[in-house]
Amino acid sequence: MYILVVGAGKVGWNLARELLDKDHEVTVIESNRRRYLMVEQELEHNVSYGDASELWVLERAGIQRADMVIAVTGDDEDNMLICQVAREKYEVDRIIARINNPRNKPHFDLLGIKPSVSATDLILRLLEHEVPEYGLVHLLDLQEEQLEIIEMLLGKDSGVTGRRVGDLEMPEGSLLISVLRSGKGFVPGPDTVLEAGDEVLAVLDPGNEEQLKVLFGPAQNGVGSDG
Amino acid sequence: MLREGHEVSCLDEDPESHARLEVGLEKGWEDLGGHFTVGAGLETEALEAAGIDRADAFIASTDGDNTNIVIAQIAQRRYGVPTVIARILDPLRAEWYERQGLHTVCPTRVAINMLESAVREGVPRGGAPGGGDPAQAA
Repeated sequence: MYILVVGAGKVGWNLARELLDKDHEVTVIESNRRRYLMVEQELEHNVSYGDASELWVLERAGIQRADMVIAVTGDDEDNMLICQVAREKYEVDRIIARINNPRNKPHFDLLGIKPSVSATDLILRLLEHEVPEYGLVHLLDLQEEQLEIIEMLLGKDSGVTGRRVGDLEMPEGSLLISVLRSGKGFVPGPDTVLEAGDEVLAVLDPGNEEQLKVLFGPAQNGVGSDG
Repeated sequence: MLREGHEVSCLDEDPESHARLEVGLEKGWEDLGGHFTVGAGLETEALEAAGIDRADAFIASTDGDNTNIVIAQIAQRRYGVPTVIARILDPLRAEWYERQGLHTVCPTRVAINMLESAVREGVPRGGAPGGGDPAQAA
């Protein structure tokens, strides 16, 4: 595959290295002369000097025959527009953009730049996973398909412990797909009884998280928890 | 545009640039009905504070092409501003975005055209078009 990486910062350089290792053809474009010279010592002809916002720089790097363009500069506008021209002008099939400031995410979405990756978001996801108080962890978001998979840890006070899966009032558009108990996962049946400490995975339509949080969260008004 | 009676709102990152707006004005910018907001053009809060929701026209003319192209598209797509103009210095991209339906002004292109005609007018002979009749003048 021919992959164009824009930006030879820490992300771009290491990405290029990995991709070259995997036998892809790679060109990295870097606009800072000093940085370019430094990276060029290692990556040699796989680096190209220039401002990738300019179309002729992209063309010189062979964007017309690129299978994928990855924009990972430190500037969100650059990343957005490089991906926009890559897809709309040069008809590159696959693009990936880095988001530096998570507040710019809506702009990436507005211009149809997908997928976009934000380090802050990734760390937040990890944080959610590592810190159980966050309750609900997003494992996978399929934006196009309008589906997501979440994980929840059942606390001692959860309203569903001791109850049969078949008796749960699962919100419409959601399904319990797996239970992780003492390090082992299984697919629950209607007769599975949930226990405190279980981690449950559910697939759901986006927007149903709150209902699930309430259902699996602490019991309210004494409902449920003693079965 | 303010003098013509339009309502004009300026958004700039630098609070100091307000002073520049008042150069040559007999009264203060706000006294004449102008608005000034400090903020970045990529921040939707700042755009909204500057009144983008009710704007009839939006001009993106920061000193960065990329910023202008992005903000202009935000004004167009997210806020549905009827007239959106972006300043793009890079002639190649100005041309392409123009074809994509973005109204662009390319100062580089304008300068090239002006310089070119200035050169043609200044050429003493050789029959350059638009330069009067240099042969007769000689």
